[in-house]
Amino acid sequence: MKKIEAYIRHEAFEPIRAELLEKGFPSLSIGEVKGSGRQKGVVETYRGSSLTVNVRPKLKLEVVVEDKDKPLVVETILRHARTGDVGDGKIFVLDVEEAIRIRTGEEGEEVLQAHTAAELA
Amino acid sequence: MTKRLGLGAALALVASLALPSIALAQDATEALKLELDLVWVMLATILVFFMQAGFMFLEIGFSRGKNVGTGVAKIFVNLGVVTLAWWAIGYGVNNAGNKIFGESGYFFSFAGDALDAVLAADTGLMLFGLAFCAVSLAIVWGTTLERIKFGAYVVYAFIFGALIYPLVAHAVWADGLLSDIGGKAVLDFAGSSVVHLTGATAGLAALLLLGPRLGKYGPDGKPRAIPGHSMPLVGLGVVILWIGWFGFNGGSTFATDDVLFAEVMLNTQLAVAAGIVGAALIVRLKSRALDVGMIGNGAIAGLVGITAPAGFVEYWAAPVIGFLAGVLVVYCVLAIEKKIDDPVGALSAHGAAGIWGTLAVGLFASPRLTGDPGASGIWYGLFDGDVAFGGTLGQLAVQAVGVVATFVAVFALSYAAFYAIKQTIGLRVTEEEELAGVDIASHGMYGYPEQFIPQPEYPSTIPVEPHVAGTPVGTAAGHAVGAPVPQRPTSS
Repeated sequence: MKKIEAYIRHEAFEPIRAELLEKGFPSLSIGEVKGSGRQKGVVETYRGSSLTVNVRPKLKLEVVVEDKDKPLVVETILRHARTGDVGDGKIFVLDVEEAIRIRTGEEGEEVLQAHTAAELA
Repeated sequence: MTKRLGLGAALALVASLALPSIALAQDATEALKLELDLVWVMLATILVFFMQAGFMFLEIGFSRGKNVGTGVAKIFVNLGVVTLAWWAIGYGVNNAGNKIFGESGYFFSFAGDALDAVLAADTGLMLFGLAFCAVSLAIVWGTTLERIKFGAYVVYAFIFGALIYPLVAHAVWADGLLSDIGGKAVLDFAGSSVVHLTGATAGLAALLLLGPRLGKYGPDGKPRAIPGHSMPLVGLGVVILWIGWFGFNGGSTFATDDVLFAEVMLNTQLAVAAGIVGAALIVRLKSRALDVGMIGNGAIAGLVGITAPAGFVEYWAAPVIGFLAGVLVVYCVLAIEKKIDDPVGALSAHGAAGIWGTLAVGLFASPRLTGDPGASGIWYGLFDGDVAFGGTLGQLAVQAVGVVATFVAVFALSYAAFYAIKQTIGLRVTEEEELAGVDIASHGMYGYPEQFIPQPEYPSTIPVEPHVAGTPVGTAAGHAVGAPVPQRPTSS
């Protein structure tokens, strides 16, 4: 199992979410984060004085998938998050040891994505 | 002798100097009445200016958190520009004169302190009229939130305050074109059409040239909600507008010598109440949810609807007008939303309800209040034997002409003005600026800094540890915005 962590622009999220859902990956998490990188900070001016904010708001997207699905998810993120400008973000891929569904206590790769209609029946 | 012993004594003194003493008591009473009228109009002026705070909070509440500071700046700059435009040119255009524009009052100057029938040599009316002009201008921008360039506010505010609003006000309220259509005048008590339809029409012109906010319409063309960041602010804005409206409608009596100003205020209250009920009912039936913003729109629609009829209809008609305005606004918002992006519903609450209010005069105006059976509403033509139906139908037609003429004139002038702005300084911010929010992009600051700035730089005397190889934190020490980020040493 792999965990894919992507730091992306806010506006990239919606198309990524839509496509992942379409491809069968409805389960994901996002968080509002602030970070710094090569992208310039933001200068705020307030009553004549200025204030440099060296971190910018980004979205952190987290998806855990089976190993075989990793390239598909990474490729989807790349396609929608890339504008070619500094500040597009980064993707990290981490190994995941275990996955447990809290409601049932099930373990393993089958808990990673949502139930199929047959499972729910 | 100059020391005032009391208001009555002072007025008696003024009267005795001006006129033979025979009619002294009567003149003193007359002077007191005029003084009281002026006090009421000035109090109403304050209430109408307070409506600017209402527009500020309403628009800010309906915007996202990244576009809130701009709303504050806009209200202030607009008020500044429109006041100067009105003083220099607008009041003159709006003033009495020929059929099209006024012929006196440009660069308004003091014309004597004699209280006369038009209240203190026009000074009171000049300020009262300015407050109305500023309200009309504030309505324009509701459709343009979150994407318009700030410069457009400044340029258009001048054109609007100097020319567009004064032309409409002159046409209806200063014996202009719309006050004599085949012997009948368009009846617009406080400005459903003059103020509200004018503002909304200009807003439509701006909106058509601006286009929707990014993300408003999905790839399938369906509208998506872009929720405003604060319903409590919207509520505060609506309540302030509501309170201001008592001055807006009530002050338009210009007199306290009978009960009419109080009648007008009660009509206003009955209409806003019914507007809220109407909008709440319809939005609940249509969407199964009591949409907070839509109920606020219903209140505004009720107020706009009663603005033209306030001084012409009986108490029973006010809630009918308000209720239908509230119903209308919900259907209009839902219909308009499908095609064009009006973030606060100004086209519906001010435009559609303004049209309805102006036409409602032709339906419900009572002969008691118009003073002319021929100018009363169709209701009386149908059910009151003393009122000829033909005359009332004619009045409704005149009201419709007023609506169409106002719409066409304001749309043409505003579209031309906004088109010129678009071709020169530009009308819309760039895509990057829109995504970042116009607060930081146009004003260099956030309306809610803590939401965007995690921790302000501390102007520290403590030595700062480097956090990127060799680069200390903070602008002062060289990690300035725009400076190249130092390359990490290639170690291996």
